[in-house]
Amino acid sequence: MALKKVRGNIERMFDKNLTDLVRGIRNNKENEAKYISQCMEDIKQELRQDNLAVKSNAVAKLTYLQMLGYDISWAGFNIIEVMSSSKFTLKRIGYLAASQSFHCDSELLMLTTNMIRKELNSQNQYEAGLALTSLSCYISTDLARDLSNDILTLLNSTKPYIRKKAVLMMYKVFLKYPEALRPSFPRLKEKLEDPDPGVQSAAVNVVCELARKNPKNYLSLAPVFFKLMTTSTNNWMLIKIIKLFGALTPLEPRLGKKLIEPLTNLIHSTSAMSLLYECINTVIAVLISISSGMPNHAASIQLCVQKLRILIEDSDQNLKYLGLLAMSKILKTHPKSVQAHKDLILQCLEDKDESIRLRALDLLYGMVSKKNLMEIVKKLMIHMDKAEGTVYRDELLSKIILICSQNNYQFITNFEWYITVLVELAQMEFGSKQGHVIGSQLMDVCIRVQAIRAFAVAEMAQLLDVYTSTSQFTIMQEVLYAAAWLIGEFANELKDTEQTLRCMLKYKSLPQHIEAVFIHNILKLFAYIMEGYALYGNYKSILELCDVISDKMNESIKSAELEVQERASTVLIIVNIVKEEILIRSMSNVMDGELDSQNTELANEILNLFSGELNPVAPKAQKKVPVPEGLDLDAWINEPIETSDSDSEPESTENLFVKSDKFEYNNSEKQHYEPSEDDIKKSREARKYEQQNNPHYLKGNLSSERSSNGQDNVENIPVSELNLNVSLKVLGQKRSDKYLNLKKEKSSKKKNKKKKRHHKSESSSDDNIEASIVEVKRELELPEGATLSDSDSDHNNLDDPHRALDIDLDLPPLTDVLSKKETNIFSNDKKERKEKKKSKKKDEKEKDKNHKGKSDKKKKDKIENLLKLDKDPEEVKLDSGPKKIKKGKKKSKDREKEGKKSKKSSSGYEEALGISTPTKEN
Amino acid sequence: MIKAILVFNNHGKPRLSKFYQYFPEDMQQQIIKETFQLVSKRDDNVCNFLEGGSLIGGSDYKLIYRHYATLYFVFCVDSSESELGILDLIQVFVETLDKCFENVCELDLIFHVDKVHFILNELVMGGMVLETNMTEILTRIEDQNKLEKQEAGISAAPARAVSAVKNMNIPQQIKDIKLPDLPQAIKDLKF
Repeated sequence: MALKKVRGNIERMFDKNLTDLVRGIRNNKENEAKYISQCMEDIKQELRQDNLAVKSNAVAKLTYLQMLGYDISWAGFNIIEVMSSSKFTLKRIGYLAASQSFHCDSELLMLTTNMIRKELNSQNQYEAGLALTSLSCYISTDLARDLSNDILTLLNSTKPYIRKKAVLMMYKVFLKYPEALRPSFPRLKEKLEDPDPGVQSAAVNVVCELARKNPKNYLSLAPVFFKLMTTSTNNWMLIKIIKLFGALTPLEPRLGKKLIEPLTNLIHSTSAMSLLYECINTVIAVLISISSGMPNHAASIQLCVQKLRILIEDSDQNLKYLGLLAMSKILKTHPKSVQAHKDLILQCLEDKDESIRLRALDLLYGMVSKKNLMEIVKKLMIHMDKAEGTVYRDELLSKIILICSQNNYQFITNFEWYITVLVELAQMEFGSKQGHVIGSQLMDVCIRVQAIRAFAVAEMAQLLDVYTSTSQFTIMQEVLYAAAWLIGEFANELKDTEQTLRCMLKYKSLPQHIEAVFIHNILKLFAYIMEGYALYGNYKSILELCDVISDKMNESIKSAELEVQERASTVLIIVNIVKEEILIRSMSNVMDGELDSQNTELANEILNLFSGELNPVAPKAQKKVPVPEGLDLDAWINEPIETSDSDSEPESTENLFVKSDKFEYNNSEKQHYEPSEDDIKKSREARKYEQQNNPHYLKGNLSSERSSNGQDNVENIPVSELNLNVSLKVLGQKRSDKYLNLKKEKSSKKKNKKKKRHHKSESSSDDNIEASIVEVKRELELPEGATLSDSDSDHNNLDDPHRALDIDLDLPPLTDVLSKKETNIFSNDKKERKEKKKSKKKDEKEKDKNHKGKSDKKKKDKIENLLKLDKDPEEVKLDSGPKKIKKGKKKSKDREKEGKKSKKSSSGYEEALGISTPTKEN
Repeated sequence: MIKAILVFNNHGKPRLSKFYQYFPEDMQQQIIKETFQLVSKRDDNVCNFLEGGSLIGGSDYKLIYRHYATLYFVFCVDSSESELGILDLIQVFVETLDKCFENVCELDLIFHVDKVHFILNELVMGGMVLETNMTEILTRIEDQNKLEKQEAGISAAPARAVSAVKNMNIPQQIKDIKLPDLPQAIKDLKF
């Protein structure tokens, strides 16, 4: 036996340990994979041994390999074995491996429940701490349910180290097992006033996380936090509290008013940049929530903006970035105070740092005016040329379009310029969605601004020409969609129509919806050309064109896409009809003289297919269409079938839009929710859904049918009140007002003529909206409606996760009956303990202060010495000791410089953590 | 919440990866790769915050990083964390490493990932900041190291001896003289 043991030990001596593995991998760079697979074999061998030390060695190596991307889940059972070791050293290795490779769906976790429970109740605080840390990485619903009581008990451990970890662990438990929140919340609340600052900070941390997702349940804690904020000296915790207040103030304006004073005091007094920044952020949130009624409202805004300017002007890029970030929050509600710093923001646009430029771009929205728009856009275009990576380009593009199109092109004085910009943009490379944005902009501008159509159409024709004539030419296909449509729609503005038509006929393989638009607009264009030729009796050309078109259509009719097929065949037949008509008439033409007029009639008939002016439709226009007489929206079209009923119900509850259903639904919901906020949400949801779905609501689908019924039930009153004309007049007036203002300003300028034309066209189109909203809806809705519903659906997506989280954490009301008795006992215990701790704590604090004062200087020196290794540690092999020193000397000068720099930049907010200067200066 | 903590060198080789949200291993590698690409192309004098990263995060998440000599320390955090606070946390982390390894360098991280993990576990737990006070952190680490030493006692002496010998770079020579066959020889003794 003894010999056997000795043998085991000797064998172990030559097992590779982690260091050997790392070294081996570094020595086998060429065939790393092979070497590792060999090591894996060794490891498997080792895992088969009985000796736990050997196993732990293997597991340690596996943990390393996991970092390199190797799946080690197959060793899960061995990891658990190592975790169960009685030795801390081995246990540690096991728990580390578990935290790296286990996840909440691992089936093996079942095996760990009792082991972890035993560990949690261990006498050794570090064993319990180890289990908590590891568990936090892979806790599953089952584990959370089974262990929640054990962890809860640890909240009252005598050791702050355990309490601290248990508090954080509770949050993980809540996430997996929400039922635990209600009974354990009182105890968590107690921890906010724990004598140990670490535990306190952890509790604040957890409550902040909880409240961030569902603030309204935590409003009642505001007094506790307020007290903490005014008394605490731990900057890290202060930051968390102040952030939490930022989330709470929108729900309770009174809280905001109370906060302003202490926060402004902090802003004035603190030297820690991180704290200052969060204070400003929360002040901004407060100011947004209380829009008026504050005596020193303007003063606080001024203070914030001033401080932010200091941040932005700082040479530290981090502060600059954050300053801009906070500025953009102010911009939403107080644009004027930000505009005062236009110079600074424009300067940031030139910054070499992309993150900073992006933030400056966000602010640009509020900075443009008629005077500087063109200049700013030009700058942005230059950036666009230089920019690498589509993210920044996409951002630039959407910002350009945003600032140009804001308030119905309020700042654009020259639309030819804008069209040119758009065309230029169309020829750059972007992410996939951007073509659509440019295309719809082009269409929108042309529809709204009559005067620009001729220019725009010419540009589009040129674009098409370039597209068809060169093969490598990169242009976004979605823009071609717009180009084809504009050419067809405004064919009368085209100069060389036939040339353009032939261009269009040369289209290559395009996405289905674009090809369809091409075909459709070819017909439009053809009709227009035909009219012209027929006037002069030029039948030959018409027939020739007919043939060219038929050829192309015969190709497209073979398309796999139904839409394209259908349109192509339509065009084909119409062209054939035209051909026959012409042939018949030209036969009789020989005998009869008055055929010219008849032929133009034919052209006119085809043109009639496409006649009618298109006008922009207000986003909510559909809603305002009055219900026609005799149409009873509440009546069933078909009697409801039961099966479809049950099918449609989950859908409707998901979307929260059905009013008639909702009454029942609401009642059941009320058990879980407090209704007030939900109601708002639901109605908002309903509105969104309505906007999204209205165009389709005559689908004949039962569920959607009923939904629209429901809406009308509730919203009947507003619909009847808002007469079509009246409501839209308001819209129109607003716009025309703007243009009136424009006129005044422009009359002093040179470009008078053009602008006047714009106004006319604009106002006339607006008039049209007023007059004929039902008609307008027909065709134009395509471009505008499309973008609208797109953005709506985006909103829904964004809302979805939030809603899910809301439900998760909505469950806990703050007071609890069940665990009251228990907590009372505990709290009694705790009072005694607290008193003891308080006296201790004071002593500790004093010690800490002394210690920190000394260590402060040392620390800064140390920063310079950190990580003294140079470029290629791969080359520094085993004898790295001396080399390290050498290299260190070589570069020491450089490093000194760097060190100084970093000192400067970091010293500002370093204090945020309790480490350097734990006291807040008052 | 902190979603992930990554440490990699100037070539993108991972030196430490800690994900507080589950990703399969290959995904983890992709995230490390992507993060490295995002971070490494930035100059040293630009700001330390990055939005984006398609694999990890989304609009609510930020990458906050610091670059020390050969190593990047990257934290992926959501909006509930203070940006400057996290920068300080990275600093605390690195300073703690420096204390524990005495002038830490990349090699320390390469050969002692486990220890680095243990240190990190005293700062961050399950994605939440556990402790920011460095003296407290160091006490905890030392306490646990003592525990290990106590356990080691006599039984681990051979192992320590071996590792000491190995650190003298003898294993290569031992391998050359084919000593690993020794156990086999012992087995052949047949007792």
